[in-house]
Amino acid sequence: MGRFVTRRVITMLIMLFVISAVTFLLFIVALPGGNPAGQIAGRLANPQEVHLISVRYGFDKPIWVQYVKTMGNIFDGSAYSYSQGYNVLAEIRQGLPATLSLAGGAGIFWLLASIALGTLAAVRSGKYTDRVLTVLAMIGVSMPPFLLGAVIIQYLGYKANILPLGGYVKFTTDPWQWFKHLIGPWITLSVLFIGFYSRVLRSTILDTMSEDYVRTARAKGLSESQVLLRHILRNSLLPILSLWGLDIAQVVGGGAILTETVYGLHGVGQLAAQSIGNFDTVTLMSIVMLTALAVVTFGALIDIVYAFLDPRIRLE
Amino acid sequence: MSTVHSEIAFEEQPLPPAEGQDIPPGIGVYALAWRRIRRNRVAMFFGCLFILLVVLCLLAPVYSQDIAHISPTAQNITGTARVGGKTVDIVSPQGIPMGPTWQFNHYFLGADDLGRDLAVRLLYGGRSSLEIGVVAMLITMIAGTILGILAGFFRGITDMVITRINDVIWAYPAVLLGITLGTVLNVRGLGPFHSTTLLTTALVVGFVYIPYVARPVRAQVLTLREREFIDAARQQGLGNIQIMFGELLPNLSSTIIVFIPLILAGAIILEAALSYLGAGVQPPNASWGTMISDGLTNFPYGFHDVLVPGIMLVLTVLSVNIFGDGLRDALDPRSKVKI
Repeated sequence: MGRFVTRRVITMLIMLFVISAVTFLLFIVALPGGNPAGQIAGRLANPQEVHLISVRYGFDKPIWVQYVKTMGNIFDGSAYSYSQGYNVLAEIRQGLPATLSLAGGAGIFWLLASIALGTLAAVRSGKYTDRVLTVLAMIGVSMPPFLLGAVIIQYLGYKANILPLGGYVKFTTDPWQWFKHLIGPWITLSVLFIGFYSRVLRSTILDTMSEDYVRTARAKGLSESQVLLRHILRNSLLPILSLWGLDIAQVVGGGAILTETVYGLHGVGQLAAQSIGNFDTVTLMSIVMLTALAVVTFGALIDIVYAFLDPRIRLE
Repeated sequence: MSTVHSEIAFEEQPLPPAEGQDIPPGIGVYALAWRRIRRNRVAMFFGCLFILLVVLCLLAPVYSQDIAHISPTAQNITGTARVGGKTVDIVSPQGIPMGPTWQFNHYFLGADDLGRDLAVRLLYGGRSSLEIGVVAMLITMIAGTILGILAGFFRGITDMVITRINDVIWAYPAVLLGITLGTVLNVRGLGPFHSTTLLTTALVVGFVYIPYVARPVRAQVLTLREREFIDAARQQGLGNIQIMFGELLPNLSSTIIVFIPLILAGAIILEAALSYLGAGVQPPNASWGTMISDGLTNFPYGFHDVLVPGIMLVLTVLSVNIFGDGLRDALDPRSKVKI
């Protein structure tokens, strides 16, 4: 077990290094406005001034020195956006409540809904209910979030006046308004995941149903619901839960960029979208780095928990 | 969040031997699959729907020139149209575009905010979306298959490098990686890839999905390479290249075919998402994604500008997805590849 954990952690560190290096090169070397000195100096600056700024900020140093400094700045909170002037970490922290509210609520909703629908589809496999659920799941995975969001805002917001037209209200300001503003985003973000998860769960359950221990459970006289809950579902949930962990990590790191943008939640995802419009490389790079950090760390944690639960994995 | 959803679980398994008693001996894998899918009415219906949509979009120039007599970029902000005997502004003085006229040859689906014929633009936009989807899918399938075969066949250091590259691509949220690459290529340009060509968006979308194909292909190659027919090929004196592409590739074909609709659907959606965020197709080119994005600028008025391309987009992706699901069941009923 110790060896497995060490190996997994080392892989994780290597990956983080590679991701940070690739991100750095992509943004600093390749992205337009890649000359940050010019951005800071403004449009009318003369070349001499640009050069002085380069020296002061260290843009004239070798690329690997710049890399170390940039990464240090990103993680200790001293990175400033060259084009917007704000402190990047503070800006991300400001967007975090909206993003966390979105991720938390939607995550719980899509997990519970897909467990319910996936189980129902598996139990009724091949019957009418299963076919309807399959088509619904297909519609769910075929629906781009920004389109669904626009339709919800138009019909439930503007026409029916049930939901607000977008924006985010802090929980501490008004819990009811917070809830009302998030219903749309929660549904929008969840639909895709529900479609996908319920299909995965359905086929995992169908596989599990043919296992010997399920037959044993039935043979010893357990009721059908007990077999389902205690034996089948418990073993089928593992793959779903690991997917869930990774997806939540992505959503927290700004992966819900489409949902956040269409509803104007001003979370981390929308910040990323704005930074692209502004060519704000520092902010964008910070968000990408923090997301990658979250995803890679979660991935490693899940693998370790898995290995802990299932000794076979350790030996692979 | 990612558009085609993350994990495509794949478990190795022996290639399907002819199974069950209902199969007469000697029938090929594909003939068998065709028999199965022909019986699946839902899949056949959506497969036909997809072909119909593709044909409609390919006929865009015909509709534009011979029926509607208007080009997809012709603006008509101050013009009027006759609807049911009344004269209506194509774009009202408040900037709200006219809704559908339901006259097949004249602003059938209404106008957009610049007074352009929405039906004509819809077909041209669909052509862009489908072209990008298909090219991106080809990029993903070819690159993913080659990388997967190389990693699985050579193992060792090759495998490690390729697997790590896949992991790195995978660690970025798909949309975030897509917009970053899209912005870089659209503004900077790189050889033939610049903002005025659809190829740029296709390249970005295709690149993002590579690990989704490379990983399962690698997993299958790892088990296939241990089988006797590879030993036999080696005994006959075949080289690595011949074994990889002459022996392994044909055995991977059913896996690869299963991924084609999955990746195509994902590519069309990701293209729309990137274009919606401004990092995909650039004007004057249009795709369903840019049309939805344009339509949203009038929000909450003129919502048909959002609904029309939106419905087409969902119908297309849905038909690809449902047909793909049927195809997978037909090719390998016991498949562990899940959407």
